[in-house]
Amino acid sequence: MKKLLKSLMLVGALAGIMGSFATLPARALVEIDVNKGVVEPLPVAITDFLSGDGIGTEISSIVAADLQRSGLFAPIDKGAFIEKISNPDAAPRFEDWKVINAQALVTGRVTQEADGRLRAEFRLWDTFAGQQLVGEQFFSSKANMRRVAHIIADAIYERLTGEKGYFDTRVVFIDESGSKNARKKRLAIMDQDGANVRYLSDGRAISMTPRFSPTRQEITYMSYESGQPRVYLLQIETGQRELVGNFPGMTFAPRFSPDGQKVIMSLLRDDGNSNIFAMDLRSRTTTRLTNSNSIDTSPSYSPDGSKVVFTSDRGGQPQIYAMGADGSGQTRISFGGGSYSTPVWSPRGDLIAFTKQSGGQFAIGVMRTDGSGERILSTGFSQEGPTWAPNGRYIMYFKEAAGSGGPRLYSIDLTGRNEQQIPTANYASDPAWSPLLE
Amino acid sequence: MRRIAKLTTNPVMIALVASLAIAGCASKKTPNSAADLGLGGGAGAATPGSAQDFTVNIGDRIFFDTDSSAIRADAQQTLGRQAQWLNQYRQYAIVVEGHADERGTREYNLALGARRAAAARDYLIGRGVAGNRLKTISYGKERPVAVCDDISCWSQNRRAVTTLSGAGS
Repeated sequence: MKKLLKSLMLVGALAGIMGSFATLPARALVEIDVNKGVVEPLPVAITDFLSGDGIGTEISSIVAADLQRSGLFAPIDKGAFIEKISNPDAAPRFEDWKVINAQALVTGRVTQEADGRLRAEFRLWDTFAGQQLVGEQFFSSKANMRRVAHIIADAIYERLTGEKGYFDTRVVFIDESGSKNARKKRLAIMDQDGANVRYLSDGRAISMTPRFSPTRQEITYMSYESGQPRVYLLQIETGQRELVGNFPGMTFAPRFSPDGQKVIMSLLRDDGNSNIFAMDLRSRTTTRLTNSNSIDTSPSYSPDGSKVVFTSDRGGQPQIYAMGADGSGQTRISFGGGSYSTPVWSPRGDLIAFTKQSGGQFAIGVMRTDGSGERILSTGFSQEGPTWAPNGRYIMYFKEAAGSGGPRLYSIDLTGRNEQQIPTANYASDPAWSPLLE
Repeated sequence: MRRIAKLTTNPVMIALVASLAIAGCASKKTPNSAADLGLGGGAGAATPGSAQDFTVNIGDRIFFDTDSSAIRADAQQTLGRQAQWLNQYRQYAIVVEGHADERGTREYNLALGARRAAAARDYLIGRGVAGNRLKTISYGKERPVAVCDDISCWSQNRRAVTTLSGAGS
């Protein structure tokens, strides 16, 4: 990733075009209040970026698709546009955009530099205030143009919602192919919109439950490649792999600490029960966090690293428990009807996403960190394994309808609206969202 | 992706696993004997002391109730026969595979499969099978033998399978 980052440079903000804009208030009139219960998607006009070839249109299409999938924006049909943008350095005719109810307008241009790199520029306009809100340009190789588009979409999202975007991210997941009783389960990575799929394992051994490091281009996952199921680390760019620890039995359910320096996971005991341990990746020391005659698994740190939530069946069936990061104060927090598992702490710190089973159905939901305020976002025959977008607004999980043959990936808004399938070539499971790329 | 460790598996075990997988595909009813599993040859044809003999005449698997690793009465009978046979034919090392149905989350079911394998192993040890011959592995819900979306399949998938892996240690 380093190489790519160097080549992808934000050169800086484009200056406001007309002097008179400097006197306008800096605060945009057009904004989305994302904290309202139901958000009406904001109508935006995203024009084709000017370019000699089709790449300008390609970039603006990716920007439009990102914004549309967020559920917060409604890109306007290009057929309704009145003004044809021919000079992105000039102010648009705002009246032409107001009349089609475009609250915001995106214009841009892609040109080739002498050294072969492409320069992508965009401007975001508040049509009703008649002012430029954002203007930025990026230099990169053509191969990075999808990333540039996602970065532009993030800039627009951030300016209009006031919260961080999540489009310039990737998802590591398990690609599933073949019949259900002999299914190949390969580690794979893709952009959050399903593009640029790359395989990270060859599928000879089952791989599962990959999770991103919050700080590096690194994942931890479980694989049967040595025969016994064990937890590994994988450097995504170099392909370098290593076993995490040297334990006699199965290790599973790994997840990084927020600083990326520890992996927390389950170790199988010889008596068949499983307990939770944390391993410091630098000192290689392990710390036992639970010691119960039960299944303790699926640990997940709070974003400040001070607490851990996990699944345990110590009370008879799987439920969610919380404890200090040193194992202190283990307390059950899920008390709704049914069983609960796979708790994942929100990056904002205020919610825990989970899988719930009750009445023969599976559901994805969220609750506050003390277990109160449960909200079910999606219910069906089979769905599990939530993962948070880095901005804490979206959750991805895998879901299988009865008789459908295999799972697919879906994302949903924190409010339970806007469920969307992520396009994948094969069946897919165990998604894990990356942090925003840098 | 530089080093891919190879699964070192005895060919006998590979053949057995493969044929079971095929049978699971075709059959949705609970397999009571290896004849049901399509291993062929008929009950009498297996050479005494062979892996086929174990699977066909003894029964290589036991089943569990939902979210349970308790050894049921029917499973106790099967494990009793297994122990007797394994004590007679001591050349085999044994791997007990634990499995779960699909009605649980992936990581929890991995742990549940491990607990089932341990329960079956401990029962065999209690019937005199040497502990150093026995290993366990969990496949969670990743390797169902019966594929359908209802209870008739789930009950077959909640299982522990005793597999023979060649000369014992």
